[in-house]
Amino acid sequence: MSTKLSSTLNLQHGLTDGTPLPISAIREGFGKGMLEAGKHDPRVVGLSADLTESTQMHLFAKEFPDRFVQVGVAEQNLATVASGLAAAGKIPFASSFAAFSPGRNWEQIRTTICYNNQPVKMVGSHSGLSAGPDGATHQILEDVALMRVLPNMVVVVPADAEQTRTATLALAQDPRPAYLRLVREKTPVFTTPETPFEIGKAQVISEGSDVTIVVAGPFIVEALKAAAQLGNLASLEIINMHTISPFDHTTLIASAQKTGRVITIEDHQIIGGLAGAVCESLAEHCPTPVMRLGLKNTFGESGQVPELWKKHNLSAEGIVAAVQAFLKRTA
Amino acid sequence: MTNQELALYANTIRHDIIKALGKAGSGHPGGSLGMADIFTALYFSEAHVDPKNPNDPNRDRIVLSNGHICPVLYATLARAGYFPLEEMQTLRVLGSKMQGHPHRGALPGLETTSGPLGSGLSQAAGMALGLRMDKSAARVFCLTSDGEHQEGNHWEAVMLASKYKLDRLIQIMDRNYIQIDGTTEDVMPLDPVADKYRAFGWNVIEIDGHNFTQILEAIRSASAHTGTPTLINARTIPGKGVSYMEGKFTWHGKTPNAEDTQKALADLDAVRDAIENGTYVY
Ligand SMILES: Cc1ncc(C[n+]2csc(CCOP(=O)(O)OP(=O)(O)O)c2C)c(N)n1
Ligand SMILES: [Mg+2]
Repeated sequence: MSTKLSSTLNLQHGLTDGTPLPISAIREGFGKGMLEAGKHDPRVVGLSADLTESTQMHLFAKEFPDRFVQVGVAEQNLATVASGLAAAGKIPFASSFAAFSPGRNWEQIRTTICYNNQPVKMVGSHSGLSAGPDGATHQILEDVALMRVLPNMVVVVPADAEQTRTATLALAQDPRPAYLRLVREKTPVFTTPETPFEIGKAQVISEGSDVTIVVAGPFIVEALKAAAQLGNLASLEIINMHTISPFDHTTLIASAQKTGRVITIEDHQIIGGLAGAVCESLAEHCPTPVMRLGLKNTFGESGQVPELWKKHNLSAEGIVAAVQAFLKRTA
Repeated sequence: MTNQELALYANTIRHDIIKALGKAGSGHPGGSLGMADIFTALYFSEAHVDPKNPNDPNRDRIVLSNGHICPVLYATLARAGYFPLEEMQTLRVLGSKMQGHPHRGALPGLETTSGPLGSGLSQAAGMALGLRMDKSAARVFCLTSDGEHQEGNHWEAVMLASKYKLDRLIQIMDRNYIQIDGTTEDVMPLDPVADKYRAFGWNVIEIDGHNFTQILEAIRSASAHTGTPTLINARTIPGKGVSYMEGKFTWHGKTPNAEDTQKALADLDAVRDAIENGTYVY
């Protein structure tokens, strides 16, 4: 069975025929999007907490030094100063490592941004295991859960660098508070500038009938590889759930009704994040067996990112094994 | 131990740091090299710690708040005999005890997990409070950086330590004037930092962090001081000992390639010769 790619998403040619895809880091897509957003709208301002280049905010900071605020190593200040800027009519993008923002400044985000309902965009880079050799202190695997639980908060976990650029532009025009989750590691780019992006609207990348694979983050290409490896053994429906909040129940439920099996994949704890959102939705609207790939209630550790992702089954092999086990269990 | 012997130990530790970081391919040389003299003074001269009994309840606590400079902590612990030096070769590798930032329990001698900045002094203050409740005379040395003074959490601890008159708490700040995005005074000015601490009720001692006479005197004076916590404001040179790294914020968190590593080791060899023949100031 060959994978049926979506015909409306204008994805990269060669996604299924083995042509090498361009490679870029999701954080680099943010850097470009931020610069563009700044050019489109003079209300867009940037804040950094001593990690300007790491988060790729430096492109904006160089172009618009007067609209850039360096708060130093002070993430609580980062969030609250951003809230104040929003109160003064600005559209602030506040960036740091996700481990520290939103890892450290949650209550400030809750009260001064979400409850105040200010259009602050919190940008967390080096999320999940993508912090690699820096180790567990820097590998935040809980941030999506922390942000998803907040009323008013939009939570976007883009799938590649190009989608991150588009998402950044979309968030700049959206009036709500938001969290944008970035990845340090370079990953394949499968979307194009022609790929649509709508906050809260999941994308069915390929249609299938046996198992739904719901992905948050840079694992779509791994899921497609898994589909190719499985061949006739299983037909996978691959969904890019780039927005975790507000959650696209409709797309998920339609797929779950068709396949009757759902696997989630995310560089995050399997509680509270994408898997949490999927399970809540299915439990309420369409009870369906679910398998969750991600960190199983454990901290990360130092290592190279690809080997860490492999270790936790965030890879084509991991997905293949999960699908096989799932089919056996639910045969 | 003479100052010359201490200087030689520190030089050895700097060699270890460069080798480990060169091999690991990521990590933080600037602050690690800058603090080698102070770590040497603590572990080889002043602190009451015993590598054979790392959990002795009466030991002095040495708390590293700015965890990114753990290469200097790891190398010093290894040279002091806490664990075999070979472990340094596995820095930041999958499955290693040498995590990219120190993790309590991963290795003997690590008092806490750190890396996220600005939270070390609070933990050290908590330890000092707890030890005092138990009538222990142990000191708590907390090593901090200047950049992490931008965190509110740090100043919350500064106030608490003063309120509770934690005179067994000795903070040693790596005042190297650099952080990631530039100099500290460009990113977020901190000076006059000594005046700020005095206004918060701390005893302040200002030293050259590469001068062993001053380092040892400061630690002894802080240990004898009663009634308030002490800050040892140690002026250091980031990248100390490696000519092309010294003073440069760009070497905060970048590792030397193979060629740079050789050059760094050659620089450190030259320093070693100077220490041995008495032409080096320590
Ligand atoms: C809470 C927190 N925010 C951000 C970081 C990222 N970070 C790591 S080191 C550093 C610079 C801090 O300055 P300093 O400790 O003075 O650096 P050094 O002198 O060692 O170059 C930053 C911002 C962190 N580790 N923790
Ligand atoms: Mg510094």
